Order: sequence, then structure tokens, then C-alpha cells
Amino acid sequence: MANRPELLAPPEIFYDETEARKYTSSSRIVDIQAKLSERALELLALPEDGVPRFLLDIGCGSGLSGETISEYGHHWLGLDISASMLNVAVEREVEGDLLLGDMGQGLGLRPGVIDGAISISAVQWLCNADKTSHEPRLRLKAFFGSLYRCLSRGARAVFQVYPENIKQRELILRQALQAGFGGGLVVDYPHSTKKRKEFLVLTCGSVQTSIQTGKNECDEGCSEDDFSEDEESGMVSMSDRNRPRKRQKPNKKGKTREWILRKKEQSRRKGNDVPADSKYTGRKRKSCF
Amino acid sequence: MRLITHNMLSCNIKGVTNGFPLRIEAGNVIEKEVDFNPDFIRHMFAKLEWKALVEGARSMGYAELPEDSPDAAVLESDESFLKKLHHALLELHLEEGALVCPKTGRKFPVNKGIPNMLLHEDEV
Repeated sequence: MANRPELLAPPEIFYDETEARKYTSSSRIVDIQAKLSERALELLALPEDGVPRFLLDIGCGSGLSGETISEYGHHWLGLDISASMLNVAVEREVEGDLLLGDMGQGLGLRPGVIDGAISISAVQWLCNADKTSHEPRLRLKAFFGSLYRCLSRGARAVFQVYPENIKQRELILRQALQAGFGGGLVVDYPHSTKKRKEFLVLTCGSVQTSIQTGKNECDEGCSEDDFSEDEESGMVSMSDRNRPRKRQKPNKKGKTREWILRKKEQSRRKGNDVPADSKYTGRKRKSCF
Repeated sequence: MRLITHNMLSCNIKGVTNGFPLRIEAGNVIEKEVDFNPDFIRHMFAKLEWKALVEGARSMGYAELPEDSPDAAVLESDESFLKKLHHALLELHLEEGALVCPKTGRKFPVNKGIPNMLLHEDEV
């Protein structure tokens, strides 16, 4: 992606009719959205009692994520600011109700009515000031405040976000905390730039359940930051995950077995398919190779 | 837009303290069948504002719901009541019309089943 969409235009203008159709007909995007929605639903940790729940899909767009929710048997309400995207959703005959609205203006839902909320690739749009009257902080405040109110006790909100930088991520987290949420960041595949996905998992009410760890290729403990529910010390500790990489050039005699094994391990961490290591790895071959 | 959503929506305009419920001006209402799940209906019942639901249903042309909110016993045993509630909540769609704020009279138009809840600059 050459440029982040948020830098090009506000969402209701960027997602016009052409873009909306392009977005929804790209099989790659459909696939990614489905996977992200499934993961978000997983992280919602809804009780497994077979009772369908009523969920909120924030920034539902053309209903790609909503369709995943329906597949899992839940009912949902979707909110989006782009009329073109919503029209595509209507054409696709999604099962949820759709609202044309701006999340930065507050959700306008009654207290305690929503069993869970998900948002796929939408919340970062709130951080941009698209009109002179916009102040991102106020919009984030209106959004998180109204979201906190409408969620029922023990319900969660899971946002998959693409923050532009650390500052943006911190801004979002801080506003969520101030609204009263607790929770943490779950990062899947933190070491791969391509596969890395961030999910902000917010909880409300004093139900203490553990936040799941992120996915990782090798079973290392994954990056996960819990921030305290304590309102006084609303500290968010965030650090950028940059593991120091050991750099060692292959020695002059050619690529040593050690180097090969290290490179294969790196590739495995990124999630690639790498043949298993064996006694043949890095073995000296006949000169004709 | 179905009544399940209408029952949760309130007017968000600055200064309006109780913008619920929004009055329904029904232009075009259609019915779409949805699978009946009694567990879901029972689960939602606790969250509903009954009077608003009955009013809303009547505006959409469905008057079969009882005026008073039934008690738990009815919910457990009476399947025909649950089916009526299911029909009202999930099967009636407001395609064209408007939602009206009870305090300010501001109309939120509904087109193709989608209510336009965008607030103007001065309403935020």
C-alpha cells in the first residue's frame, strides 16, 4: 500500500462508490477481513452457551466483517460514515442493521444494550482531524465514552487497528483508559512486518478475565501489555517491539552451518514454510553444485 | 432498520438529555423472515424498553404485542408470545421513513433501511 488511506481523504470521501466496490470485490481484502473478523470474535470471548448475542460492528463498511458475525450465529448492528460502503452492504443483503453515522460524534445507544463490539481497520480514522472543527481528542473521547456506556457489564470491545505510529497508538489507548476501560494489546506475529496484526482488547465492568496472548510461530510468550484498571495510576506502558538482531556476516570461507540455521530460524519466526533442520543442513556439497 | 435497533437508538444531539425513544414515521415497511431462536429472544428481553417497543411496533403496523411488559413466567413458557416478540424485533424492516427526536423534533431520514444519524456541526 503506497499511502495510508487516512492521509488521502476523510473516510466518507475516500470510500466513494468506486472505491467501495473495489474494496469489496478484491478477494484479497475479503479474505483478510474475514480472518481479522474471526480473530476479533475469538478475542471477544463471548460465553459459549449457544445463545446468539447482539454485537456492534464499528466501521462496518460494506459488511465484510458483519458477514463473519452472522456466520457465527450472532445478530449485529453496523455503523459506518460512508454511504457508498453501506450501499454495497445493502446490495450484499447483509443480515445486520446498518446505521449511517460518525463514531466520533458518539454512538447514541442506550446504556448496557450491547453484548460486544468489534471494529476492523476503522478506529485509526478517528485520529485524523478532517474538518477544522474536529479535534481528534474530543472525538476519541465521545467515541470511547459512548461505547463504554452502551456495553453491558463484562462485555468486551475488540479493535483491530493499523496505527500510523506509536503516538497514535498511545493516543487511542489513553482515551480508552480515560473512558473507564481496562484491557490490553494483543499482537499476532509481532516479528513479521507483513503478518503483524494488532488487536486492542477492551473490557468494562469489574469482571477479571485474562486477556489471551497473541499468536506466534514458535511458542514464545508474546508481546502483550496489560494496563491497570486503576483510575488513579492510569499508566500505559508501551514500547516498540524491536528485538535486537544478532548480525553476523558469513565468514570468508563461505556460509557456515551456524549462519544457515540462524537464517532458517528467522524465516520460521516470520511464518514461512522452512524445511526441517537435519544432518544434511549446510553439509558440504560436491563442487559441481 | 428493525425494531431491535430502534429500541437502542437515542438522539445524540448536544443538550438533549433524554432523546429516547425516537418516534417512527413509517413510509415503507417490509417483512423479511428470520430464523426463530427463543434463547436469543429471552436474552434480549431483559434489555428492551417495552413501551418504546410497543409504540414502535404500532407505528410499523404491528399491534399484536401486549401493552404491559410480561413477567418471567410468560417468557419461559409461552412460545406464541416469544414468536410475536421475535416477529416484532427481527422481521419488520423500516425501509423508508424517518426517526424523530422526541425533544427537538429533528428528523433523521431513513433510506433503503439505513437511518442517517449524522449530526450537523452545530448539533455536536
